[in-house]
Formats: sequence, structure tokens, C-alpha cells
Amino acid sequence: MSEDAIVYLDCAATTPMRPVAVEAMLPLLRDGFGNPSGGHAVARAARKVLEESRETVAACLGVDPHEVVFTSGGTEADNLAVRGAVESAEGGAACSAVEHHAVLDPVLALGGRTLAVDSVGRVDLDALDAALDDDLAVVSVMLANNETGVVQPLRAVAEVVRRRAPGALLHTDAVQAVCWLDVADLVSVADLISVSAHKFGGAKGVGALVVRRGVELAPLLRGGGQEQERRSGTQNVAGIAAMAAAMAETVTERSAVVEAVRARRDLLEDGLQAAVEGLWPTSPRDARVAGMCHVVVPDVLSESMLLLMERGGVMASAASSCASGAVDPSHVLAAMGVDRRRAMGSLRLSLGRDTTDADIDRALEVIPAAVSQLRGARPVAATGTAAP
Amino acid sequence: MRVLVAMSGGVDSSVAAAVLAAEGHDVTGVTMKLWGGESDSGCCSVADVDDARRVASQLDIAHFVFNFSDEFDRHVVDPYVAAHASGRTPNPCIECNRHLKFAALHERATQLGFDALATGHHATIVAGHDGPRLARGHDRAKDQSYVLHVLSPEILSRCLFPVGHLGKAEVRRLAGELGLRTAAKAESQDVCFITRRGRQDFLAGRIPLRAGRLVDGQGAVVGRVDAVELVTVGQRKGLDLGGAGERRYATHVDFGTATVTVGTVDDLLVGRQALADRRWTGAEVPGAVLAQVSAHGRPALASLDGSDELVWQEPQPRVAPGQAVVLYDMDDRVVLGGAVAA
Repeated sequence: MSEDAIVYLDCAATTPMRPVAVEAMLPLLRDGFGNPSGGHAVARAARKVLEESRETVAACLGVDPHEVVFTSGGTEADNLAVRGAVESAEGGAACSAVEHHAVLDPVLALGGRTLAVDSVGRVDLDALDAALDDDLAVVSVMLANNETGVVQPLRAVAEVVRRRAPGALLHTDAVQAVCWLDVADLVSVADLISVSAHKFGGAKGVGALVVRRGVELAPLLRGGGQEQERRSGTQNVAGIAAMAAAMAETVTERSAVVEAVRARRDLLEDGLQAAVEGLWPTSPRDARVAGMCHVVVPDVLSESMLLLMERGGVMASAASSCASGAVDPSHVLAAMGVDRRRAMGSLRLSLGRDTTDADIDRALEVIPAAVSQLRGARPVAATGTAAP
Repeated sequence: MRVLVAMSGGVDSSVAAAVLAAEGHDVTGVTMKLWGGESDSGCCSVADVDDARRVASQLDIAHFVFNFSDEFDRHVVDPYVAAHASGRTPNPCIECNRHLKFAALHERATQLGFDALATGHHATIVAGHDGPRLARGHDRAKDQSYVLHVLSPEILSRCLFPVGHLGKAEVRRLAGELGLRTAAKAESQDVCFITRRGRQDFLAGRIPLRAGRLVDGQGAVVGRVDAVELVTVGQRKGLDLGGAGERRYATHVDFGTATVTVGTVDDLLVGRQALADRRWTGAEVPGAVLAQVSAHGRPALASLDGSDELVWQEPQPRVAPGQAVVLYDMDDRVVLGGAVAA
């Protein structure tokens, strides 16, 4: 593998930091170190940055600054939404069967239920209608899926939730959506909205949960009472400033980036479908965000493809990243009705604003070659020899 | 040479990777995710993967995790449970080597274009007339040729055991010199998918366990056991005999009636041992062999009567049905073949 030419197609895992975000962060790491909760000038300087950032994030998301609660990232925001709602209202929790584990695991840990999806991975509205009841404290349906990129019909979901479970809060995990969708418009129907900075060019370890006015939510972290008592702990001011800068730029340039990335994604997907026999996208392109190409390659394993792709300089993943680094069968594909064996050949190629035409060309050389090698190779003889 | 190194997160495979990298090979590390269930002693915890990944990063080699948990269930865990359920004594490490490391992973390495698969096993490969042969590791106390005896010349021709010619102390010294975090890591013990709650707990969740009677040589009942499925011929611990007296062992298990006969160590001794699935690694059939019946047991002199019976030169304790019997040459070095005690 040549070190100098890395083709990065894993933007759904994380994105490179935008220069504007790095620039926003550096002076705060060097000089603006104040604790925003303090009362003196050094503290006030940090407080100013924090509140300006809050206003920027709020504007990008179409909400009021008081509704923005900064967290340590998307996972904390999701946990706060689910656990906070359940603890506060003493009701149950439900989420789509294709949620990120940051939603799915807290929901299941609280004894909650999952909501069926169709073969594209969208919440089945009839099933939703039947599954909801008034004992629910929170219903969580993501905006865009982290494995497949499929966008949920959140407005229609909200309509069913309001009708069938009027006491429930609607949470949406918008972590994968900020780069690609007009989030401010789409999330206006939700009570709770999670975002994560490193998915749109900010730093890792920063995110936010939007908690709409009037929503009651018990905190996960108790202590100094920061973030209007919703999230104690000294704020990561530098990271928050970087998130605001990255989000502002993302929203400003979004429509242009989306068109450019969509064209490259389509080029990649057309090329792969032409070059790799049997390869199929797990959903129609128009059901997905612009940067996502999620396909299944029959008869080969993701983990083998990824090793050969890395040798060819192409970095991607099979599904979502997990702690062990192993490719586990995807619960998202399972919920969509894809059988386990086929799901083991999934490939997630997620593009970003920095993806170039040359990157697509390279991927279109490397991936088909990897698949041919894997399909052509013959296993050697099994262990042991027969008795003479 | 392009080499795929199986890195468990232990010190031996860490040093195996380091030795190969130092020799200038193009080395890629891989950790096999084998067991999806609960484990605390095993080779597949996230902490072990982290250790393997950290060692790979220290050595500046690529590292991947391959998920073989379906194959592990099918070829190791299910047969392990089935063996206990039918009164045989399984050796899951041998099955893991036979079906996982040196079959599934070996095939994968070939498919991915690697020239060889390396592991951190303490064993060596020597040249025979008709291809490579497996031989004991340099460190006799750590020798793992017993659990690798099923490897064919075809497989061995594409395998490397980089620490096989090193002593364990040497392995740890090298790991320490390289600053590897696995240098002082404890040895893995026991069966990797069994938690500290033990075999009985593991099996009880999967198969019905039957209480059994302990009888003496005359058939008089002298005690009981919780689970006859867990009794192995030759076992001494865990037999509830009460009182003191001479040490007694399980000398025979009548699985159908859940009856375990106990006796003295002399009652265990037999002159012949029936074998099944006997195979030679090479073409020639030796007259006399040294036969080893447990992972670190002492080999004993024997010859083969026909193909299916081992004749001990001196009487030896009976081997539990299901246990591997590995046959070495008269220098007690090269693996000539193996079988399963019938």
C-alpha cells in the first residue's frame, strides 16, 4: 500500500476536521482556557465563546439557544434522550429496529421495544401504529441510518406518535444527517435531537442534544448543574467552538456539497454495479443520504474485502464500527430481512466533501480487483491425511 | 514473504509477529473473534483484541479482526457439548486448531494472497522425506505439538511457528525488550469459552446433566456425582467418596446407566489401548512409537497392533474415550501421527 495515496471512504465513521474548526479550536486550547462557569474575566471569555457557539448551533438546527445541551458526543446525547425521558416520565421506550446501538442498547436495557422496518429499512407506519400505546415515555427514530444512509419518514412517524402515544417524546438521532439534509426543517417535529461534531468536520468528543422548550428530561450526569442542570460537567469549550464553526460551514455549503457528492456517489455505485457481478445496493439511492453507498457483494466476506482494499489504499468499513473491530452481523440488515450470510458481504462506502473524482477512480480499480481475487481463490486441502 | 500472523493478544503471538517483522517479512496481524458469548479466561475478549492491536501498532504492522464465531460454534463449541453429552472427553483446542486456525484462517490467508500463516505456538516444523513434519517446540514444558498434531504436510508447508525454537523465558525477554504490553501477561488457562463459573455451569445451560452413582470394583455403591457427563476416566478430583484412604480414580464410566467405577491407580492400568481415527502424517508406518495422551503428559513406549490398537510396552493408565493420542518418533521429537482413544 502506498502511504501517500489514501482514499478515505469512511466518512460515516468520522470525518477529517474542517480547517475552520481547527482554527476555532486552537486559540482556546492555547489561551482561552477559562472555565465558563466562573465569575472573572478569564471565565467570562470562555463563557462568551460557549454562548456564541450555542447560538450558532441553535441557528443551524432551527431551535432556540436555550434548547441546546452540549454533550460529550452523539452516544451521550442519545443516552440522555432515552434514559432521561424514561426516568422523567416513568414510561416505556420504543425505537426503530435499525437505530444505532447508542439508542438501541439503552432502549433494550430499559425493557423497551423495537419497531419494525420495511425492506428498505424505513419504519413501517402501519406496524408503528399498532406498536405504540400511551404508556410510552419516548419513541426514538433516527433521521438517517449510520449503516445504510436510509432516511426515515420522520414527519409521518411524528404524526403517528402524536396520535397513538400523545404522552411520548419523539427523539431523533440526527448524527448522520447534518451533512446531507436540511436538518432544521426535518427535525422541527421532534422533541429531542442528537448531533455529533466529528461527523461533520468537528472534533471527537463533542455533541449536542436539542431539548425542545417545555420538555422534561432527567439528567444522566448530576453535579455542578451546567447546561441548565441537564448535563453537569465543565463544558469542552474548544470542542464546542469547533463544532459550531464546522456546523455553520456545513449548513452554508450543504446544498452545493450534496450535489457534488451525490454525483460522485452515483458514479461509484454505477461503476461497482457494472464491474462486480451480483453486487446489489441495500436500498434505492433516492432513499439514502447523498454520501452513502451501501452494497452487498455476494459470496465474499466484508472483512476479506476490507483487508485487500486497505492494501490498495482504500479505507472503508462493513457496517458501523464496533469496539472489538470485528465485523458482526448487522442488526440493521437483519431488520430489513437480509439473511445473515448475505449480510456478511456488506460494504459501506461513505463519501464526504473532500472525496475527489480520483478517489472514485481508485476505488473502482481496487474494489472489483479485490472481489475477483476473493472469488477466484481456491482453498487448499483440509487438514490431515488419510490413513494409508 | 507476505505473512498473516494470528495474534491472540498473548505474549507468544506478539513475539511471533515481532520476530517476523524483524526478519523483514511483510507482516499483517489478525485476531480471530471466536466466541460470541461470555468469557473471562479466553482468547476473544475485547481486552485481548486491544492488546493484539496495540502490539501491532507498536510493531507498525496492519491489524484486522476476523469474525469466525459461527465456525467456532459449529466446529468447536457444538462438538464439545455433544462429546460431553455422549460421555466422551473432548479436546476443543485441537478442534480449534484443526478447523479454525489451520483451516478457516489458513484458507483465508491463501485467499488474501498471503504466502504463509504464522502463529505463536510452541512447535517446530522439520523436513521429512515427503514434506514438512510437525515436531516439538524447543521449550519442552511449553510444547504444543500435541494440540497441533492434526496438521497435514500441505498445511504445514504454508505455516510458520516463529517462537517454536525459543524458550518461554526468551519469548518474555524479547517482548520486554520491545516494550510490548503483553510481556508479562498471564498464560491463558483452560477452555477459552468456559467462564470461571466452570464447565458444569456452561454445560448445564445446554444439555441435561444426570447425577451418577460411584461404585467400587465389586459394584457396591460408594458415592455419587452431580453430572456423569463431566466425569473423565482417570479423574480423581470431584469424586465424592467421603472419608480418607487410598486415592481413587474413575476407572470406567458406564454412560448409559450413569455408573462410574472407581478404583486405585493400579486399576486404571491397561496393556492395550483401542484407537479410532488413526492417521499418519507421512507415508511410512513406524513399528514403535512414543505415545502421548494429554497436552503435557509424558509419552510412553508403544507399538501398533494392526491399525486400531496401541500396545503399551509397560501398562499405562486407560485413556478417556475422546482424548487424543499423539504418536511421536523414538527420538520423542517428530509427530508421526495421531488418533482418538476409543
